[in-house]
Amino acid sequence: MATRVVVDPVTRIEGHLRVEAMLDSDNKVHEALSSGTMWRGIEVILKGRDPRDAWAFAERICGVCTTVHALASVRSVENAVGITVPKVAEIVRNIMFLTQMVQDHVIHFYHLHALDWVDVVSALSADPAATATLAQQVSPHWPKSSEGYFRDTAATLKKFVESGQLGLFANAYWGHPAYKLPPEANLMAVAHYLEALKWQKELIKIHTVFGGKNPHPNYLVGGMPCSIDLQSDNAINIERLELVRAKILEARDIVEQLYVPDLLAIASFYKDWAAIGEGLGSYMCYGDVPQNGIGDPAHFRFPRGAILHKNLGEVLPVDPTHGDEILEEVGRSWYRYPEGKAALHPWEGHTEAHYTGPKPPYEHLDENGAYSWLKTPRWKGNPVEVGPLARMLVGYASGRADFKAVVDGALGKLGVPATALFSTLGRTAARGLESQLAVGWLQDEYDRLIEALKGGDNNTADTIRWEPATWPKDCKGFGFTEAPRGALGHWIHIQDGKIANYQCVVPTTWNASPKDAQGRRGAYESALIGTPMADPQKPVEILRTIHSFDPCLACASHVYGPDGRELAVVEIG
Amino acid sequence: MADSLLSSPGLTTYDILSRHGVSRRDFLSFCAITAASLGLEAQQVPAVVEALETKPRLPVIWLHGLECTCCSESFIRSSHPIAQDVVLNMISLDYDDTLQAAAGHQVEQIRKDLIEQAKRGETEYVLAVEGNAPTKDGGVYCTVAGETFLDVLRETAEHAKFVIAWGSCACNGCVQAAAPNPTGARPVHECITGKPIVKVPGCPPIAEVMTGVLTYVLTFGRLPELDRVGRPKMFYKQRLHDKCLRRSFFDAGQFVESWDDDGARKGWCLYKMGCRGPTTYNSCATFKWNGGVSWPIGSGHGCIGCSEENFWDDGPFYSRLAKTPLPGIEATPQKVGIALTAAAGVGIAAHLAALAIKRGRAAATENKAKEA
Repeated sequence: MATRVVVDPVTRIEGHLRVEAMLDSDNKVHEALSSGTMWRGIEVILKGRDPRDAWAFAERICGVCTTVHALASVRSVENAVGITVPKVAEIVRNIMFLTQMVQDHVIHFYHLHALDWVDVVSALSADPAATATLAQQVSPHWPKSSEGYFRDTAATLKKFVESGQLGLFANAYWGHPAYKLPPEANLMAVAHYLEALKWQKELIKIHTVFGGKNPHPNYLVGGMPCSIDLQSDNAINIERLELVRAKILEARDIVEQLYVPDLLAIASFYKDWAAIGEGLGSYMCYGDVPQNGIGDPAHFRFPRGAILHKNLGEVLPVDPTHGDEILEEVGRSWYRYPEGKAALHPWEGHTEAHYTGPKPPYEHLDENGAYSWLKTPRWKGNPVEVGPLARMLVGYASGRADFKAVVDGALGKLGVPATALFSTLGRTAARGLESQLAVGWLQDEYDRLIEALKGGDNNTADTIRWEPATWPKDCKGFGFTEAPRGALGHWIHIQDGKIANYQCVVPTTWNASPKDAQGRRGAYESALIGTPMADPQKPVEILRTIHSFDPCLACASHVYGPDGRELAVVEIG
Repeated sequence: MADSLLSSPGLTTYDILSRHGVSRRDFLSFCAITAASLGLEAQQVPAVVEALETKPRLPVIWLHGLECTCCSESFIRSSHPIAQDVVLNMISLDYDDTLQAAAGHQVEQIRKDLIEQAKRGETEYVLAVEGNAPTKDGGVYCTVAGETFLDVLRETAEHAKFVIAWGSCACNGCVQAAAPNPTGARPVHECITGKPIVKVPGCPPIAEVMTGVLTYVLTFGRLPELDRVGRPKMFYKQRLHDKCLRRSFFDAGQFVESWDDDGARKGWCLYKMGCRGPTTYNSCATFKWNGGVSWPIGSGHGCIGCSEENFWDDGPFYSRLAKTPLPGIEATPQKVGIALTAAAGVGIAAHLAALAIKRGRAAATENKAKEA
């Protein structure tokens, strides 16, 4: 008799996600539904507004990957009206982008994903001395690895557990047979959960320097709002730059001596997960971190491209502005298209909310009908996965030495073949390896900034086309970035200086999408197929694979909606 | 009234149970079961007993509706207290889908159990709400475990001791409630009745403002004093403009006229670039952000007024608004504050006239100084 497992809410993610998994008689997943259960309609709200304001609205699509929607938004407007941002502004944006990526990945690993692999209660029986020995083996240069340090951590944990108020850790899956770490590794991971929690607020100060605050730092169409003037006490000067430099150095330590060693140590106990959760085997990214302007993808640190069917021998070119490459369907979503339209490019995006799901409160979704607030995007007709694994594979398959070095290094340490990358474990590992690259590039971009300033270049904004009167009457733009969770695109249509249409296709829409017209699954659903469950009542295994994608549902289901009325915007000043 | 709102910080779990007629013997057996469910050895039961008798933490249910999670992200950036301290030592964050280890029905069970216990008077909890509820079309635009968020919110609020509305979504509706508000998103106070609500607006609120509200309640055992719209006076009393480090340039009529111009590099006033500092009540100018590193105006961008009601529809952001006060009428900031909440329109012509008068005065003063 088939069992249906419902996980709702999926926790330790951003937003509202529901997973329904059908198990066969061996308790393996043979069918899965991924459903976004929230919708906010931000694109509808953007219609009729000033395109220069769009970044602030779009940034509020997500406060976890805060920055990436703002970046994609200003780039879409600049692309539409023909603005090239000054070199220094581009470098500052790269620093903002890489800062966010590193911070987000570390938080994901320790605070959203680790508890799928780490048994907190088991940590109570760890020996602090043995934990210290283990920690020193795992990361010889990380300073906090004494017996006393782990004794203190154990005492904190014991006091917390014995309080009887387990808070965030209550009613979880402690003791589940899928947990494989020895108590000492669990205690080490708990200690680092707390270390990372203390640290994440530090790196983000780079955003505060350039963007004034985090979450939701400020951006600007045409550049960055922060002026740089080495002779001013009211602009970015040497004191500010030193703060940035110090935070980059701390980040290097955290990634290279805490995150990556922990990742590899934990992964070594879970090598069986290198054969679970493969999913689509097809990957796509737009690329980012420009070295020579956003219009020159050949000089991005993250290359652009797609890989189909695990063929690492060929990286296919991607053009998101081409009318046929990226199309979205709504056949299994709670939207409808005009008569006769089956799939639309985002620039033509027409959508209309049309809820056909069960009336709440409900038990189950209808697997034969529409079941999500997410649309179904396809690249050249293919379902593709986006995110860190896609980026690492495209970089690797492009023959980039920097990608090859970190990937081959990790595979060697774990003693697994390259095919291990196509898995839940591979996806989780890719995020750490990508952080290693990103934190190195963060230093490189800082050095580029200093070089530019040495040369007397400190322009942070191009204002020649600031006024809408200087824009074409009717223009379209594409803005993109590689968000922590994958390829992010914003498509804008501007008419008479106002937003006529705004569409976002975001990473979690690619990954968590419902099935397409041919019945092909998206990345989440596909990756869940074949997942074994030790106890269908306790969905640890489902959480592992879903969390390996780092879901962000506010992003995925922010979008789309009925055509809103044109907003009357009254220009006052 | 405020004092009676919160008995939990002074009461241990044992106090609460015994107040409701649970015997010492039943309490000890409860402790033994708790210990066993945690996988603890029998000899550790006394420690559980001691903790439950003496060390309570305030139970908090943290719900997420239509939102972007920026409030949670801000919360964990707090410098003092740090998030670890709040979660391990001050409150018991019993339900929070962003950080919770358990998922699905295990996590929903926690919420339902807590509500049941509160109904029976065995515990008390605080409801913290991040985001808001879509009310259109039966609430289908946000569901949790198959229930509408609107129902979850009402059910959980009914037995909460009081409610904290985190951020502008929960307080004012924020971005998804901007016109045309496609989902009918409504702030918390429009969805529930009969509960004290502490509003902590901002998109997001400053981290130390968020933890400050909690630590105030835990330290003093009562809600902070609130203003007429329900915000803690200690954090939302003053306009940014009143404490702005660029204020002297405003008064002197020195403005940034274009991005990255000479004035921008000198840190002149951003009012002409659309800054909402003169109409925004928040602590940004005082505490600054992320451990005091900077704040939006400090880093060269005007304030967008993210803690004010309806700020998304009060744009475009880069245009000066008619209701912004002008240089030259700042003799009594208090009056201006009142005047601008009344918000009568003053056109740009008036602004320029006022600015000209201001500059004229400055020039006259300068001349006088020269003469002297």
